[in-house]
Amino acid sequence: MNRLKIITNGIIKGNPTFVLVLGMCPTLGTTTSAANGMGMGLATTFVLMLSNLVISLISGVVPSKVRIPSFVVVIAVFVTVVQLVMQAYVPALYETLGLFIPLIVVNCIVLGRAEAYASKNRPLDSFLDGLGSGLGFTLSLTTLGAIRELLGSGAFFGWKVIPGDAMLVFILAPGAFLALGYLMVLFNKIKKA
Amino acid sequence: MEYILIIISAVFVNNIVLNQFLGVCPFLGVSNKISTAVGMSAAVVFVMTLSTLITYLVQYYILNPLNIGFMQTVTFILVIAALVQMVEIILKKISPALYQALGIFLPLITTNCAVLGVAILVVTKEFTYGGTAAMLNLPQALVYTASMAVGFGLALIIFAGMREQMDLVGVPKPFRGVPIALITAGILALAFMGFSGIV
Amino acid sequence: MFLCLLIICLGGSAVMGGVYLITYEPIAAAQAAKVNQALSQVLPEFDNMPVELAYDLEIDGRKVTVYPATRDSVFAGAAIEAVTTKGFGGPIKVMVGFLPDGTIFNTAILSHAETPGLGDKMDPRKSDFSLQFNGKNPKTFRLAVKKDGGQVDAITAATISSRAFCDVVDLAYKAFIQLIQKGSEQ
Repeated sequence: MNRLKIITNGIIKGNPTFVLVLGMCPTLGTTTSAANGMGMGLATTFVLMLSNLVISLISGVVPSKVRIPSFVVVIAVFVTVVQLVMQAYVPALYETLGLFIPLIVVNCIVLGRAEAYASKNRPLDSFLDGLGSGLGFTLSLTTLGAIRELLGSGAFFGWKVIPGDAMLVFILAPGAFLALGYLMVLFNKIKKA
Repeated sequence: MEYILIIISAVFVNNIVLNQFLGVCPFLGVSNKISTAVGMSAAVVFVMTLSTLITYLVQYYILNPLNIGFMQTVTFILVIAALVQMVEIILKKISPALYQALGIFLPLITTNCAVLGVAILVVTKEFTYGGTAAMLNLPQALVYTASMAVGFGLALIIFAGMREQMDLVGVPKPFRGVPIALITAGILALAFMGFSGIV
Repeated sequence: MFLCLLIICLGGSAVMGGVYLITYEPIAAAQAAKVNQALSQVLPEFDNMPVELAYDLEIDGRKVTVYPATRDSVFAGAAIEAVTTKGFGGPIKVMVGFLPDGTIFNTAILSHAETPGLGDKMDPRKSDFSLQFNGKNPKTFRLAVKKDGGQVDAITAATISSRAFCDVVDLAYKAFIQLIQKGSEQ
Protein backbone atom coordinates (compact mmCIF):
# COMPACT_ATOMS: atom_id res chain seq x y z
CA MET A 1 0.00 0.00 0.00
CA ASN A 2 2.85 2.31 0.95
CA ARG A 3 4.62 1.53 -2.29
CA LEU A 4 1.53 2.43 -4.26
CA LYS A 5 1.49 5.76 -2.49
CA ILE A 6 5.01 6.53 -3.71
CA ILE A 7 3.79 6.11 -7.29
CA THR A 8 0.52 8.05 -6.97
CA ASN A 9 2.29 10.91 -5.18
CA GLY A 10 4.23 11.70 -8.34
CA ILE A 11 1.12 11.56 -10.48
CA ILE A 12 -1.22 13.88 -8.56
CA LYS A 13 0.09 15.64 -5.44
CA GLY A 14 3.60 16.14 -6.76
CA ASN A 15 2.72 16.35 -10.44
CA PRO A 16 5.91 17.63 -12.09
CA THR A 17 4.15 19.84 -14.62
CA PHE A 18 1.14 21.34 -12.86
CA VAL A 19 2.29 21.44 -9.24
CA LEU A 20 6.08 21.70 -9.38
CA VAL A 21 6.21 23.53 -12.75
CA LEU A 22 9.33 21.64 -13.83
CA GLY A 23 10.42 20.53 -17.28
CA MET A 24 8.56 23.25 -19.14
CA CYS A 25 10.65 23.04 -22.32
CA PRO A 26 9.66 19.53 -23.43
CA THR A 27 6.13 20.14 -22.11
CA LEU A 28 5.68 23.03 -24.50
CA GLY A 29 7.91 21.83 -27.29
CA THR A 30 6.76 18.29 -27.95
CA THR A 31 3.01 18.39 -27.34
CA THR A 32 1.86 19.14 -30.88
CA SER A 33 -0.09 15.88 -30.74
CA ALA A 34 -1.15 13.44 -28.03
CA ALA A 35 1.11 10.71 -29.40
CA ASN A 36 4.17 12.97 -29.45
CA GLY A 37 3.55 14.10 -25.88
CA MET A 38 3.13 10.51 -24.77
CA GLY A 39 6.34 9.42 -26.53
CA MET A 40 8.30 12.20 -24.85
CA GLY A 41 6.75 11.35 -21.48
CA LEU A 42 7.60 7.68 -21.75
CA ALA A 43 11.19 8.39 -22.81
CA THR A 44 11.57 10.64 -19.76
CA THR A 45 9.94 7.99 -17.51
CA PHE A 46 12.47 5.42 -18.66
CA VAL A 47 15.38 7.73 -17.83
CA LEU A 48 13.82 8.71 -14.49
CA MET A 49 13.28 5.11 -13.32
CA LEU A 50 16.74 3.84 -14.22
CA SER A 51 18.68 6.91 -13.14
CA ASN A 52 16.81 6.96 -9.81
CA LEU A 53 17.60 3.27 -9.30
CA VAL A 54 21.31 3.59 -10.10
CA ILE A 55 21.73 6.85 -8.19
CA SER A 56 20.12 5.31 -5.13
CA LEU A 57 22.54 2.38 -5.39
CA ILE A 58 25.67 4.51 -5.74
CA SER A 59 24.77 7.48 -3.54
CA GLY A 60 26.25 5.75 -0.45
CA VAL A 61 29.73 5.43 -1.95
CA VAL A 62 29.97 8.69 -3.91
CA PRO A 63 31.76 11.46 -1.96
CA SER A 64 29.53 14.49 -1.56
CA LYS A 65 31.96 16.76 -3.45
CA VAL A 66 31.44 14.95 -6.74
CA ARG A 67 27.81 14.02 -6.11
CA ILE A 68 26.22 16.26 -8.75
CA PRO A 69 28.74 15.49 -11.52
CA SER A 70 28.32 11.75 -10.91
CA PHE A 71 24.53 12.06 -11.03
CA VAL A 72 24.72 14.01 -14.28
CA VAL A 73 26.94 11.34 -15.83
CA VAL A 74 24.53 8.59 -14.81
CA ILE A 75 21.57 10.51 -16.23
CA ALA A 76 23.41 11.36 -19.45
CA VAL A 77 24.31 7.70 -19.96
CA PHE A 78 20.67 6.63 -19.75
CA VAL A 79 19.61 9.46 -22.06
CA THR A 80 22.13 8.21 -24.61
CA VAL A 81 20.71 4.71 -24.25
CA VAL A 82 17.21 6.06 -24.93
CA GLN A 83 18.52 8.01 -27.93
CA LEU A 84 20.13 4.95 -29.48
CA VAL A 85 17.19 2.64 -28.81
CA MET A 86 14.67 5.13 -30.22
CA GLN A 87 16.81 5.74 -33.29
CA ALA A 88 16.87 2.02 -33.92
CA TYR A 89 13.25 1.05 -33.27
CA VAL A 90 11.07 4.18 -33.53
CA PRO A 91 13.03 6.40 -35.96
CA ALA A 92 9.96 8.42 -36.97
CA LEU A 93 9.16 9.43 -33.38
CA TYR A 94 12.84 10.11 -32.72
CA GLU A 95 12.90 12.53 -35.64
CA THR A 96 9.74 14.33 -34.48
CA LEU A 97 10.94 14.81 -30.91
CA GLY A 98 14.40 15.68 -32.20
CA LEU A 99 16.40 17.90 -29.92
CA PHE A 100 14.20 17.28 -26.89
CA ILE A 101 15.45 13.71 -26.40
CA PRO A 102 19.08 14.68 -25.61
CA LEU A 103 17.69 17.58 -23.56
CA ILE A 104 16.19 15.12 -21.05
CA VAL A 105 19.65 15.44 -19.46
CA VAL A 106 18.93 18.98 -18.35
CA ASN A 107 15.28 18.34 -17.51
CA CYS A 108 14.97 19.65 -13.96
CA ILE A 109 12.62 16.79 -13.04
CA VAL A 110 15.28 14.13 -13.52
CA LEU A 111 18.06 15.81 -11.54
CA GLY A 112 15.46 17.09 -9.07
CA ARG A 113 14.18 13.60 -8.23
CA ALA A 114 17.75 12.28 -8.05
CA GLU A 115 18.73 14.95 -5.55
CA ALA A 116 15.52 15.12 -3.53
CA TYR A 117 14.54 11.46 -3.42
CA ALA A 118 16.90 8.88 -4.89
CA SER A 119 20.00 10.01 -3.00
CA LYS A 120 18.20 9.53 0.33
CA ASN A 121 15.99 6.47 -0.21
CA ARG A 122 16.27 2.76 -0.90
CA PRO A 123 16.70 1.51 -4.49
CA LEU A 124 13.23 -0.03 -4.92
CA ASP A 125 11.46 3.04 -3.51
CA SER A 126 13.56 5.31 -5.71
CA PHE A 127 12.71 3.22 -8.74
CA LEU A 128 8.99 3.51 -7.94
CA ASP A 129 9.34 7.24 -7.28
CA GLY A 130 10.89 7.58 -10.73
CA LEU A 131 8.03 5.58 -12.20
CA GLY A 132 5.44 7.76 -10.45
CA SER A 133 7.00 11.09 -11.39
CA GLY A 134 7.52 9.81 -14.93
CA LEU A 135 3.91 8.72 -15.26
CA GLY A 136 2.72 12.05 -13.86
CA PHE A 137 4.85 13.82 -16.45
CA THR A 138 3.59 11.51 -19.20
CA LEU A 139 -0.01 12.09 -18.16
CA SER A 140 0.40 15.89 -18.25
CA LEU A 141 2.12 15.81 -21.62
CA THR A 142 -0.46 13.46 -23.11
CA THR A 143 -3.32 15.62 -21.82
CA LEU A 144 -1.78 18.83 -23.13
CA GLY A 145 -0.94 17.11 -26.43
CA ALA A 146 -4.48 15.78 -26.76
CA ILE A 147 -6.00 19.22 -26.12
CA ARG A 148 -3.68 20.96 -28.57
CA GLU A 149 -4.24 18.27 -31.19
CA LEU A 150 -8.01 18.43 -30.76
CA LEU A 151 -8.14 22.23 -31.00
CA GLY A 152 -5.35 22.64 -33.52
CA SER A 153 -5.98 19.87 -36.00
CA GLY A 154 -9.36 18.51 -34.95
CA ALA A 155 -7.97 15.07 -34.22
CA PHE A 156 -7.50 12.72 -31.26
CA PHE A 157 -4.39 10.47 -31.36
CA GLY A 158 -4.33 10.96 -35.12
CA TRP A 159 -8.02 10.20 -35.69
CA LYS A 160 -9.88 13.09 -37.25
CA VAL A 161 -12.90 13.75 -35.00
CA ILE A 162 -13.86 17.33 -35.89
CA PRO A 163 -14.36 17.75 -39.63
CA GLY A 164 -13.09 20.82 -41.44
CA ASP A 165 -10.42 23.31 -40.47
CA ALA A 166 -9.34 23.73 -36.86
CA MET A 167 -7.69 26.49 -34.82
CA LEU A 168 -4.23 26.13 -36.22
CA VAL A 169 -2.66 28.44 -33.65
CA PHE A 170 -2.83 25.71 -31.01
CA ILE A 171 -0.34 23.60 -32.95
CA LEU A 172 2.00 26.58 -33.33
CA ALA A 173 4.23 28.03 -30.62
CA PRO A 174 1.79 30.59 -29.08
CA GLY A 175 -0.87 27.91 -28.69
CA ALA A 176 1.49 25.87 -26.53
CA PHE A 177 1.85 28.69 -24.00
CA LEU A 178 -1.86 29.54 -24.06
CA ALA A 179 -3.09 25.95 -23.76
CA LEU A 180 -0.72 25.17 -20.87
CA GLY A 181 -1.60 28.44 -19.13
CA TYR A 182 -5.34 27.83 -19.25
CA LEU A 183 -4.91 24.16 -18.32
CA MET A 184 -3.01 25.27 -15.21
CA VAL A 185 -5.80 27.69 -14.33
CA LEU A 186 -8.25 24.81 -14.56
CA PHE A 187 -5.99 22.61 -12.43
CA ASN A 188 -5.73 25.34 -9.76
CA LYS A 189 -9.50 25.83 -9.80
CA ILE A 190 -10.21 22.11 -9.34
CA LYS A 191 -7.57 21.79 -6.63
CA LYS A 192 -9.19 24.61 -4.62
CA ALA A 193 -12.69 23.22 -4.94
CA MET B 1 24.88 39.46 -45.87
CA GLU B 2 24.65 35.87 -44.76
CA TYR B 3 25.62 36.91 -41.24
CA ILE B 4 22.78 39.45 -41.18
CA LEU B 5 20.39 36.71 -42.27
CA ILE B 6 21.69 34.39 -39.56
CA ILE B 7 21.32 37.10 -36.91
CA ILE B 8 17.77 38.14 -37.87
CA SER B 9 16.68 34.54 -38.19
CA ALA B 10 18.12 33.58 -34.80
CA VAL B 11 16.98 36.63 -32.83
CA PHE B 12 13.49 37.18 -34.21
CA VAL B 13 12.18 34.47 -36.53
CA ASN B 14 13.36 31.39 -34.67
CA ASN B 15 13.43 32.99 -31.25
CA ILE B 16 14.90 30.45 -28.88
CA VAL B 17 12.23 30.77 -26.18
CA LEU B 18 9.09 31.79 -28.01
CA ASN B 19 9.58 29.58 -31.05
CA GLN B 20 11.94 26.75 -30.13
CA PHE B 21 10.89 26.33 -26.48
CA LEU B 22 14.43 26.24 -25.12
CA GLY B 23 15.22 27.92 -21.82
CA VAL B 24 11.60 28.26 -20.76
CA CYS B 25 12.43 27.55 -17.09
CA PRO B 26 14.69 30.60 -16.57
CA PHE B 27 12.32 32.54 -18.83
CA LEU B 28 9.54 31.96 -16.30
CA GLY B 29 11.80 31.89 -13.26
CA VAL B 30 13.92 35.04 -13.43
CA SER B 31 11.58 37.39 -15.24
CA ASN B 32 10.06 39.15 -12.25
CA LYS B 33 12.28 42.21 -12.47
CA ILE B 34 13.97 43.88 -15.41
CA SER B 35 17.27 44.24 -13.55
CA THR B 36 17.61 40.51 -12.86
CA ALA B 37 16.50 39.75 -16.41
CA VAL B 38 19.31 41.91 -17.77
CA GLY B 39 21.88 40.15 -15.55
CA MET B 40 20.66 36.72 -16.57
CA SER B 41 20.69 37.66 -20.26
CA ALA B 42 24.28 38.87 -20.06
CA ALA B 43 25.35 35.66 -18.32
CA VAL B 44 23.59 33.52 -20.94
CA VAL B 45 25.14 35.38 -23.90
CA PHE B 46 28.58 34.92 -22.34
CA VAL B 47 28.29 31.26 -21.36
CA MET B 48 26.39 30.13 -24.44
CA THR B 49 28.88 31.57 -26.92
CA LEU B 50 31.84 30.22 -24.98
CA SER B 51 30.35 26.75 -24.55
CA THR B 52 29.37 26.46 -28.21
CA LEU B 53 32.90 27.41 -29.21
CA ILE B 54 34.21 24.49 -27.16
CA THR B 55 31.51 21.94 -27.99
CA TYR B 56 31.85 22.78 -31.69
CA LEU B 57 35.58 22.02 -31.54
CA VAL B 58 34.94 18.88 -29.48
CA GLN B 59 32.38 17.64 -32.02
CA TYR B 60 34.51 18.24 -35.12
CA TYR B 61 37.97 17.44 -33.76
CA ILE B 62 37.28 14.71 -31.19
CA LEU B 63 33.88 13.03 -31.60
CA ASN B 64 33.69 12.95 -35.41
CA PRO B 65 37.26 11.72 -36.11
CA LEU B 66 36.90 9.01 -33.46
CA ASN B 67 33.46 8.12 -34.78
CA ILE B 68 31.85 8.29 -31.35
CA GLY B 69 29.08 10.73 -32.19
CA PHE B 70 26.73 8.83 -29.90
CA MET B 71 28.63 10.17 -26.88
CA GLN B 72 27.64 13.71 -27.84
CA THR B 73 25.07 14.19 -25.07
CA VAL B 74 27.38 13.04 -22.27
CA THR B 75 30.40 14.97 -23.53
CA PHE B 76 28.52 18.20 -24.13
CA ILE B 77 26.82 18.32 -20.74
CA LEU B 78 30.11 17.63 -18.97
CA VAL B 79 31.91 20.29 -21.02
CA ILE B 80 29.20 22.83 -20.23
CA ALA B 81 29.09 22.00 -16.52
CA ALA B 82 32.88 22.20 -16.22
CA LEU B 83 32.97 25.41 -18.20
CA VAL B 84 30.40 27.11 -15.99
CA GLN B 85 32.38 26.13 -12.90
CA MET B 86 35.59 27.46 -14.44
CA VAL B 87 34.01 30.72 -15.53
CA GLU B 88 32.73 31.17 -12.00
CA ILE B 89 36.18 30.63 -10.45
CA ILE B 90 38.02 32.80 -12.98
CA LEU B 91 35.47 35.58 -12.77
CA LYS B 92 35.75 35.62 -8.99
CA LYS B 93 39.54 36.10 -9.25
CA ILE B 94 39.74 38.51 -12.17
CA SER B 95 36.69 40.71 -11.93
CA PRO B 96 34.86 40.71 -8.63
CA ALA B 97 32.50 43.41 -9.95
CA LEU B 98 31.39 41.27 -12.88
CA TYR B 99 31.17 38.28 -10.57
CA GLN B 100 28.86 40.25 -8.30
CA ALA B 101 26.63 41.02 -11.26
CA LEU B 102 26.56 37.62 -12.95
CA GLY B 103 27.68 35.21 -10.22
CA ILE B 104 24.32 34.17 -8.89
CA PHE B 105 23.06 33.31 -12.38
CA LEU B 106 25.95 31.06 -13.32
CA PRO B 107 24.93 27.90 -11.41
CA LEU B 108 21.43 28.26 -12.88
CA ILE B 109 22.85 28.16 -16.37
CA THR B 110 24.17 24.59 -16.21
CA THR B 111 20.63 23.29 -16.17
CA ASN B 112 19.44 25.86 -18.70
CA CYS B 113 18.48 23.64 -21.58
CA ALA B 114 19.03 26.49 -24.01
CA VAL B 115 22.81 26.18 -23.63
CA LEU B 116 22.94 22.45 -24.33
CA GLY B 117 20.16 22.77 -26.91
CA VAL B 118 21.98 25.37 -29.01
CA ALA B 119 25.29 23.50 -28.65
CA ILE B 120 23.60 20.41 -30.15
CA LEU B 121 21.64 22.41 -32.75
CA VAL B 122 24.69 24.02 -34.35
CA VAL B 123 26.42 20.71 -34.95
CA THR B 124 23.38 18.72 -36.13
CA LYS B 125 21.10 21.03 -38.05
CA GLU B 126 21.56 22.11 -41.64
CA PHE B 127 21.03 25.79 -42.28
CA THR B 128 19.97 27.49 -45.45
CA TYR B 129 21.79 30.48 -46.78
CA GLY B 130 22.93 31.47 -50.24
CA GLY B 131 20.70 28.88 -51.89
CA THR B 132 22.26 25.78 -50.39
CA ALA B 133 21.71 23.82 -47.22
CA ALA B 134 24.87 23.12 -45.27
CA MET B 135 26.31 22.77 -41.81
CA LEU B 136 27.53 25.96 -40.16
CA ASN B 137 31.24 26.67 -40.09
CA LEU B 138 32.83 27.93 -36.89
CA PRO B 139 32.39 31.72 -37.35
CA GLN B 140 28.80 31.21 -38.51
CA ALA B 141 28.13 28.90 -35.57
CA LEU B 142 29.43 31.50 -33.14
CA VAL B 143 27.39 34.31 -34.71
CA TYR B 144 24.34 32.06 -34.68
CA THR B 145 24.84 31.11 -31.03
CA ALA B 146 25.42 34.66 -29.89
CA SER B 147 22.29 35.77 -31.76
CA MET B 148 20.28 32.96 -30.21
CA ALA B 149 21.44 34.13 -26.79
CA VAL B 150 20.57 37.73 -27.65
CA GLY B 151 17.13 36.49 -28.72
CA PHE B 152 16.80 34.83 -25.32
CA GLY B 153 17.78 38.09 -23.63
CA LEU B 154 15.38 40.11 -25.74
CA ALA B 155 12.43 37.84 -24.97
CA LEU B 156 13.37 37.70 -21.28
CA ILE B 157 13.69 41.47 -20.88
CA ILE B 158 10.45 42.25 -22.78
CA PHE B 159 8.69 39.63 -20.70
CA ALA B 160 10.10 41.00 -17.43
CA GLY B 161 8.82 44.44 -18.39
CA MET B 162 5.36 43.02 -18.97
CA ARG B 163 5.39 41.17 -15.66
CA GLU B 164 6.46 44.26 -13.73
CA GLN B 165 3.37 45.99 -15.07
CA MET B 166 1.23 43.00 -14.31
CA ASP B 167 2.13 43.14 -10.63
CA LEU B 168 0.12 46.34 -10.44
CA VAL B 169 -3.16 44.86 -11.62
CA GLY B 170 -5.52 42.52 -9.82
CA VAL B 171 -5.26 39.07 -11.39
CA PRO B 172 -8.00 36.54 -10.59
CA LYS B 173 -6.78 34.00 -8.04
CA PRO B 174 -6.52 30.84 -10.16
CA PHE B 175 -4.55 32.81 -12.77
CA ARG B 176 -1.94 34.14 -10.34
CA GLY B 177 1.71 33.20 -10.79
CA VAL B 178 2.69 30.80 -13.52
CA PRO B 179 -0.63 30.54 -15.43
CA ILE B 180 -0.90 34.26 -16.21
CA ALA B 181 2.82 34.29 -17.04
CA LEU B 182 2.28 31.49 -19.56
CA ILE B 183 -0.71 33.22 -21.13
CA THR B 184 1.28 36.46 -21.43
CA ALA B 185 4.13 34.51 -22.99
CA GLY B 186 1.62 33.05 -25.45
CA ILE B 187 0.55 36.52 -26.56
CA LEU B 188 4.22 37.57 -26.85
CA ALA B 189 4.85 34.47 -28.98
CA LEU B 190 1.92 35.50 -31.19
CA ALA B 191 3.61 38.86 -31.71
CA PHE B 192 6.90 37.18 -32.60
CA MET B 193 5.10 35.00 -35.16
CA GLY B 194 4.75 38.17 -37.22
CA PHE B 195 8.47 37.84 -38.01
CA SER B 196 8.12 34.43 -39.60
CA GLY B 197 8.88 34.25 -43.29
CA ILE B 198 10.99 37.40 -43.46
CA VAL B 199 14.25 35.53 -43.90
CA MET C 1 37.01 11.23 -5.13
CA PHE C 2 38.64 11.14 -8.57
CA LEU C 3 38.72 7.36 -8.52
CA CYS C 4 35.01 7.38 -7.90
CA LEU C 5 34.29 9.70 -10.82
CA LEU C 6 36.62 7.63 -12.99
CA ILE C 7 34.76 4.42 -12.15
CA ILE C 8 31.41 6.03 -12.89
CA CYS C 9 32.65 7.41 -16.21
CA LEU C 10 34.18 4.08 -17.20
CA GLY C 11 31.02 2.21 -16.24
CA GLY C 12 28.90 4.71 -18.14
CA SER C 13 31.10 4.47 -21.22
CA ALA C 14 30.88 0.69 -21.10
CA VAL C 15 27.07 0.80 -20.96
CA MET C 16 26.88 3.31 -23.81
CA GLY C 17 29.39 1.41 -25.92
CA GLY C 18 27.46 -1.81 -25.36
CA VAL C 19 24.12 -0.31 -26.34
CA TYR C 20 25.76 1.39 -29.31
CA LEU C 21 27.07 -1.94 -30.59
CA ILE C 22 23.70 -3.62 -30.08
CA THR C 23 21.73 -0.87 -31.80
CA TYR C 24 24.29 -0.21 -34.55
CA GLU C 25 22.71 -2.55 -37.06
CA PRO C 26 19.05 -1.73 -36.32
CA ILE C 27 19.84 2.00 -36.70
CA ALA C 28 21.56 1.45 -40.05
CA ALA C 29 18.64 -0.77 -41.11
CA ALA C 30 16.09 1.86 -40.05
CA GLN C 31 17.87 4.55 -42.04
CA ALA C 32 18.17 2.34 -45.12
CA ALA C 33 14.51 1.37 -44.76
CA LYS C 34 13.51 5.03 -44.93
CA VAL C 35 15.30 5.55 -48.26
CA ASN C 36 14.09 2.23 -49.65
CA GLN C 37 10.52 2.98 -48.64
CA ALA C 38 10.66 6.35 -50.40
CA LEU C 39 12.19 4.69 -53.47
CA SER C 40 9.47 2.08 -53.69
CA GLN C 41 6.89 4.86 -53.41
CA VAL C 42 8.24 7.14 -56.12
CA LEU C 43 9.45 4.59 -58.66
CA PRO C 44 7.52 2.13 -60.81
CA GLU C 45 8.32 -1.54 -60.20
CA PHE C 46 12.03 -2.29 -60.26
CA ASP C 47 14.20 -5.27 -59.42
CA ASN C 48 17.65 -3.79 -58.84
CA MET C 49 19.09 -2.03 -55.80
CA PRO C 50 19.00 1.70 -56.66
CA VAL C 51 20.73 2.54 -53.38
CA GLU C 52 23.87 0.69 -54.50
CA LEU C 53 23.92 2.57 -57.82
CA ALA C 54 23.26 6.00 -56.29
CA TYR C 55 25.55 8.85 -57.27
CA ASP C 56 25.64 12.63 -56.89
CA LEU C 57 25.15 15.19 -59.64
CA GLU C 58 25.55 18.95 -59.61
CA ILE C 59 22.89 21.04 -61.34
CA ASP C 60 23.35 24.83 -61.33
CA GLY C 61 25.68 24.44 -58.37
CA ARG C 62 23.12 22.45 -56.35
CA LYS C 63 23.75 18.88 -55.32
CA VAL C 64 21.23 16.14 -56.12
CA THR C 65 21.40 12.39 -55.63
CA VAL C 66 20.32 10.05 -58.41
CA TYR C 67 18.94 6.56 -57.80
CA PRO C 68 18.65 4.73 -61.15
CA ALA C 69 16.17 1.86 -61.33
CA THR C 70 16.05 -1.03 -63.77
CA ARG C 71 13.65 -3.88 -64.37
CA ASP C 72 14.83 -7.01 -66.19
CA SER C 73 18.03 -5.01 -66.85
CA VAL C 74 16.06 -2.33 -68.74
CA PHE C 75 16.11 1.28 -67.52
CA ALA C 76 12.82 1.75 -65.65
CA GLY C 77 13.27 5.32 -64.43
CA ALA C 78 15.17 7.15 -61.75
CA ALA C 79 14.49 8.73 -58.42
CA ILE C 80 16.14 12.09 -57.77
CA GLU C 81 16.69 13.32 -54.22
CA ALA C 82 16.94 17.10 -54.12
CA VAL C 83 16.82 19.91 -51.57
CA THR C 84 15.34 23.37 -51.89
CA THR C 85 16.10 26.26 -49.59
CA LYS C 86 13.11 28.28 -50.70
CA GLY C 87 10.81 26.79 -48.07
CA PHE C 88 9.12 28.86 -45.42
CA GLY C 89 10.50 27.08 -42.38
CA GLY C 90 13.80 25.68 -43.65
CA PRO C 91 15.19 23.24 -46.18
CA ILE C 92 12.79 20.81 -47.86
CA LYS C 93 14.17 17.46 -48.98
CA VAL C 94 12.14 15.69 -51.63
CA MET C 95 12.50 12.54 -53.70
CA VAL C 96 10.98 12.67 -57.18
CA GLY C 97 10.58 9.53 -59.34
CA PHE C 98 10.63 9.84 -63.15
CA LEU C 99 9.63 7.36 -65.84
CA PRO C 100 12.15 6.97 -68.71
CA ASP C 101 10.24 9.55 -70.82
CA GLY C 102 10.49 12.20 -68.08
CA THR C 103 6.97 11.83 -66.73
CA ILE C 104 6.75 12.28 -62.95
CA PHE C 105 5.67 8.98 -61.41
CA ASN C 106 5.38 10.05 -57.78
CA THR C 107 6.99 12.28 -55.16
CA ALA C 108 7.88 11.76 -51.51
CA ILE C 109 8.85 14.28 -48.83
CA LEU C 110 11.92 13.15 -46.91
CA SER C 111 12.12 16.07 -44.51
CA HIS C 112 10.71 19.56 -44.14
CA ALA C 113 10.06 22.19 -41.51
CA GLU C 114 6.99 23.89 -42.97
CA THR C 115 4.23 25.28 -40.76
CA PRO C 116 1.93 22.53 -39.47
CA GLY C 117 -1.53 22.89 -40.99
CA LEU C 118 -0.38 25.19 -43.80
CA GLY C 119 2.86 24.42 -45.63
CA ASP C 120 2.99 20.85 -44.41
CA LYS C 121 0.04 20.08 -46.67
CA MET C 122 2.68 19.27 -49.27
CA ASP C 123 2.91 15.96 -47.46
CA PRO C 124 0.62 13.53 -49.35
CA ARG C 125 -0.70 12.26 -46.00
CA LYS C 126 -2.07 15.74 -45.23
CA SER C 127 -3.51 16.88 -48.58
CA ASP C 128 -3.66 16.03 -52.29
CA PHE C 129 -1.35 18.89 -53.28
CA SER C 130 1.63 16.76 -54.28
CA LEU C 131 -0.54 14.24 -56.14
CA GLN C 132 -1.28 16.76 -58.90
CA PHE C 133 2.30 16.30 -60.14
CA ASN C 134 1.88 12.57 -60.72
CA GLY C 135 1.61 11.55 -64.36
CA LYS C 136 2.61 15.01 -65.58
CA ASN C 137 5.59 15.56 -67.85
CA PRO C 138 7.40 18.82 -67.05
CA LYS C 139 8.15 19.12 -70.79
CA THR C 140 4.52 20.21 -71.24
CA PHE C 141 3.49 20.85 -67.63
CA ARG C 142 4.75 24.21 -66.40
CA LEU C 143 6.27 23.69 -62.96
CA ALA C 144 5.17 26.89 -61.27
CA VAL C 145 2.13 27.96 -59.27
CA LYS C 146 -0.71 29.54 -61.21
CA LYS C 147 0.01 32.92 -59.63
CA ASP C 148 3.43 32.80 -61.33
CA GLY C 149 2.00 31.71 -64.69
CA GLY C 150 2.44 27.98 -64.15
CA GLN C 151 -0.04 25.13 -63.96
CA VAL C 152 0.26 24.08 -60.33
CA ASP C 153 -2.58 24.70 -57.90
CA ALA C 154 -0.88 26.19 -54.84
CA ILE C 155 -1.75 25.18 -51.28
CA THR C 156 -4.19 27.74 -49.88
CA ALA C 157 -2.33 30.28 -47.72
CA ALA C 158 1.01 28.57 -48.35
CA THR C 159 2.25 29.97 -51.65
CA ILE C 160 5.87 30.05 -50.49
CA SER C 161 5.83 26.35 -49.61
CA SER C 162 4.11 25.55 -52.93
CA ARG C 163 6.73 27.56 -54.86
CA ALA C 164 9.49 25.76 -52.99
CA PHE C 165 7.98 22.41 -53.91
CA CYS C 166 7.80 23.42 -57.60
CA ASP C 167 11.40 24.61 -57.37
CA VAL C 168 12.66 21.29 -56.02
CA VAL C 169 10.68 19.22 -58.54
CA ASP C 170 12.03 21.44 -61.32
CA LEU C 171 15.59 20.89 -60.07
CA ALA C 172 15.00 17.15 -60.02
CA TYR C 173 13.64 17.29 -63.58
CA LYS C 174 16.72 19.19 -64.80
CA ALA C 175 18.89 16.52 -63.18
CA PHE C 176 16.86 13.79 -64.85
CA ILE C 177 17.18 15.43 -68.28
CA GLN C 178 20.94 15.66 -67.88
CA LEU C 179 21.00 12.03 -66.86
CA ILE C 180 19.03 10.98 -69.97
CA GLN C 181 21.22 13.07 -72.28
CA LYS C 182 24.36 11.52 -70.81
CA GLY C 183 22.81 8.08 -71.20
CA SER C 184 22.00 8.59 -74.89
CA GLU C 185 25.48 9.93 -75.65
CA GLN C 186 27.09 6.75 -74.38
